[in-house]
Amino acid sequence: MNYFGWLFDPTNWTEQGGVFQRLMEHIGYTAITMAIALVLAVPLGAWIGHTGRGGFLVVGLANGLRALPTLGLLVLLVGAIGIGLIGPLIALVILAVPPILAGTYAGVRNVDSAVVDAARGMGMRGRDVLFRVELPNALPLVVGGIRSSVLQVISTATIAAYVALGGLGRFIVDGLAVRDFPQMIGGSILVAALAIACDLLLAALQKVLVSPGLQAAPARGRRLRAVPDPRPASQAA
Amino acid sequence: MTWVLGNLELIWDLTLEHLVFALVPVVLGVVLSLPLGWLANRTGIGRTFTINVAGLLYTVPSLALFVILPPLLGTQILDPINVIVALTVYTVALLVRTVADALSAVPAVVVNAATAMGYRPVRRFLAVELPLAVPVVVAGIRVAAVSSISLVTVGSVIGFGGLGKMFTDGFQRSIPQEIIAGIVLVLVMALVVDGALVGIGRLLTPWSRPVSTARSAA
Repeated sequence: MNYFGWLFDPTNWTEQGGVFQRLMEHIGYTAITMAIALVLAVPLGAWIGHTGRGGFLVVGLANGLRALPTLGLLVLLVGAIGIGLIGPLIALVILAVPPILAGTYAGVRNVDSAVVDAARGMGMRGRDVLFRVELPNALPLVVGGIRSSVLQVISTATIAAYVALGGLGRFIVDGLAVRDFPQMIGGSILVAALAIACDLLLAALQKVLVSPGLQAAPARGRRLRAVPDPRPASQAA
Repeated sequence: MTWVLGNLELIWDLTLEHLVFALVPVVLGVVLSLPLGWLANRTGIGRTFTINVAGLLYTVPSLALFVILPPLLGTQILDPINVIVALTVYTVALLVRTVADALSAVPAVVVNAATAMGYRPVRRFLAVELPLAVPVVVAGIRVAAVSSISLVTVGSVIGFGGLGKMFTDGFQRSIPQEIIAGIVLVLVMALVVDGALVGIGRLLTPWSRPVSTARSAA
């Protein structure tokens, strides 16, 4: 059987309910969910990390989420609220929040206390310390949390096709219903490609956003090629 | 509760099926990732390669991986083996990195001392490096096992998924108790397996026990 014929047939891309439409739906669900989750999780995580209150709760929540079956949450919410966008969207937000919350919390919490003390010593107040010192220093972990959150949402949005949501998961669920395996495989390849593309995009964004001083060189070979530090060695350390 | 009480036998069967689907991949993944992690730790190129490939594989959403595997493996598209292979892939992707990190964290002094005492590489790995890496590796296995238990349920969208069947069946027949019971059972299974792994980790590292009690007493 030609497993890949479906994917490379242009009519499957442009028709009503075709690849372009499903891809846009999938990206749309992901974008809406991430916008809501970011607004909820980043300020809360930053506040918890800044004050140190309720940190154990964040860590417990992020760990507990790993065990929560996403399909169970989806069918439960859709069963309670009804078919439509709202039920799956609530499930997606519930799954998207904990990784960002944990990343932001851990990032702010793990900022070197000497750096925070130095900022206070320079006369910075709580808000300045948070926005100008703690958050920029926490950025690698914050973006790390956002990356795992995006992957979780793309993955769960695929499963949400089972509860009648659009998106690329439709090809898997609809393909199964009529035993159209090339369609299922085509849809799966598209989902995988979308997830990898989004992750690479965020990795690139991380490179751009995070201060060069915070970017640890992953391998020794890279470190040699990095821009030489213009400061004298004593200051650079 | 009435649904649960009336279907205890079904729930028990699904629970056993779920355990097999979730834990066989974890066992296979551990067996595969120990040599791979060792290799990654030994060679710089191997490390970059395995960690990048592992990261890439871990990115692929589960439902998609269940469907992509058949054309790659030559299996039937609705064969339960795909779920086992997919979850093994996730376990390996997660653990290779953990094993490599855990091995590189073994103090060089200890490895050198073992070499000086006459340990050959293989025995040194099994008797010195691996036992010292156990706490970190077990932490990785806990994450892999809990994720695996949760991910099995996704398989029910394409026809097999242990307790996940209670989600699809409960949804189609509008039985909320069935869905809630399924979620609770998955969470309980994750908790029990996680606790068992903590216990196994303690058994494997008897030397760390006095230290940990002293720490908790302080």
